[in-house]
Amino acid sequence: MIHTEGLTKQFGPVTAVDHLTLDVQEGEVFGFLGPNGAGKTTTVRMLSSLISRTSGSAEVAGHQIGDPSAELQLRHQIGILPENVGLYESSSAYENLEYYGQLQRVEATALRQSIERLLRMLDLWEKRDQPVATFSKGMKQKVAIARALVHDPVLLFLDEPTANLDPEASKTVREFILELKRERRTIFLNTHHLDEAERICDRVGILNTRLVTTGTPGQLKLGMSGRRTVAAVDGPMETMAAAIRARLGDRRIEIQGGSLIVDVSDPDRDNPEIAAAIVGAGGRLRQLTQVSASLEDVYLKLIHEGASPA
Amino acid sequence: MRLSQAWIVARHDLGMIRRRRTILGALIALPAGVSLGFPLLVWYIIAQSPGVGDAVIISFVDAFAFWFAIGGVMLPSSISAYSIVGEKTEKSLEPLLATPTTDGEILLGKVLAAFLPTMIAIWAGAAVYMVLIDEITRGTLGYLYYPNAAIVVLLFALAPIVAVLAIEISVAVSSRVQDVRSAQQISGVLFLPFILLYVAAEIQVFPLDTDHLLLLAGILGLVALVTFRICRRVFDRETILTRWK
Ligand SMILES: Nc1ncnc2c1ncn2[C@@H]1O[C@H](COP(=O)(O)OP(=O)(O)OP(=O)(O)O)[C@@H](O)[C@H]1O
Ligand SMILES: [Mg+2]
Repeated sequence: MIHTEGLTKQFGPVTAVDHLTLDVQEGEVFGFLGPNGAGKTTTVRMLSSLISRTSGSAEVAGHQIGDPSAELQLRHQIGILPENVGLYESSSAYENLEYYGQLQRVEATALRQSIERLLRMLDLWEKRDQPVATFSKGMKQKVAIARALVHDPVLLFLDEPTANLDPEASKTVREFILELKRERRTIFLNTHHLDEAERICDRVGILNTRLVTTGTPGQLKLGMSGRRTVAAVDGPMETMAAAIRARLGDRRIEIQGGSLIVDVSDPDRDNPEIAAAIVGAGGRLRQLTQVSASLEDVYLKLIHEGASPA
Repeated sequence: MRLSQAWIVARHDLGMIRRRRTILGALIALPAGVSLGFPLLVWYIIAQSPGVGDAVIISFVDAFAFWFAIGGVMLPSSISAYSIVGEKTEKSLEPLLATPTTDGEILLGKVLAAFLPTMIAIWAGAAVYMVLIDEITRGTLGYLYYPNAAIVVLLFALAPIVAVLAIEISVAVSSRVQDVRSAQQISGVLFLPFILLYVAAEIQVFPLDTDHLLLLAGILGLVALVTFRICRRVFDRETILTRWK
């Protein structure tokens, strides 16, 4: 559905996106993660042919971006939720959707049905004739997502759909995205929320001007030097840590209160060694728990190191 | 360039404009003021000084009619400033640009949304003006002054050209300012030369006869062509998204 190769965008001296090579399959929900200024919005704008690219190439929904003859066709097949919702505040939800549907050349009856279906899905049908200005942020965001879908696009770009929403509004928006996922739509989702990416996305990519890595959330978490074991202990902490290193080789061990947090690569093999080391050093082991790295750990590690895992 | 696509944009913007009382008010008040107030003034002049010469009456009538060209400056810039800066402050240009509509079609739609109501207001006002002036001056002049060649040039060449020019300037200005009011005020500067022309006409320096009106329309037409190129450059998808402040 999306295939880019060395896609680059420069704003004067600033490189916003640097040699992005990426594939997104049909029916996939792809999460694009990255800190502020990473180039997520710029990427979406290039892929939706809103702005030009500096170099590289991209094929989106079967169209080459930057090809003027394909541009209108391309924009007809995609839907975008931009960073700013950009609704007409004095117009009603229905009018907002209607205008975009008309610009997308949706035939009148089909358009009416599509608007009704979307607004009902979003619980906004009863409020369809109210000016958008009277809506909460979450409701506006939903209207803007519906606007991106009114012409039934094959590919949907969502640029931070839950940014600036309270937890409850985020939840409704997220549930709606999951519903779209069940409809097997291809979705390209920019986000800062790692838990959101983990819950919604089939695959994620981490961008920091350059693409740092891609993979399923599970793969990324595993790829990061395995997992960690937390041992709740009583006794001489430093001595126990040294004993563990003596058995398992040098590795990162954090001491947090009454716990030792040990990086392990194979828990089945390492955990008994940890237990033995603690007891051998005169400590008392109260509890041994296994934690896997969160996507957040992976993200922070990769962003700060700028390196790809394994 | 698909006219039908531009028309969707224009129809939408016309709908938005209809909700703005100030714009609607200006569209009605200005032509109404000119088409009712000035004939009344002419009637008063004739009534007060019965001996007044035909030439004087005609110079007044012509100069007053020039207000329909001035309306062409004042009315559309307030509309197009609203329809462009308004979108800018609502940040609705990006979703608009994301639809299968070319920059040219969006621009044309916005130009039409400002141009059509302006011309309708001007032509309607001018129709009333001509009827009233004919009614008032028929006895003195001994013939029907309107319609004549000068008013045809004024209404169908000069006023539309002036309106297009004013819209183009407000498009260019709109890309640089943050709020509708400053866009309207800056575009309003164009109003000054027209007031000067009006004064020049009143003191007989630049008579507003057919030849002079044609000359003016020609010059402004050329200016409008040049401005159009600037306008197209400013109203470019990438420029709008990355450089408009
Ligand atoms: N119009 C522009 N002119 C100059 N530089 C720009 C422009 N737009 C973006 N940039 C720069 O490009 C880089 C990427 O910006 P972009 O908005 O794509 O990041 P982002 O990942 O979407 O960030 P955020 O999470 O804050 O939305 C930034 O360094 C930004 O300053
Ligand atoms: Mg962004």
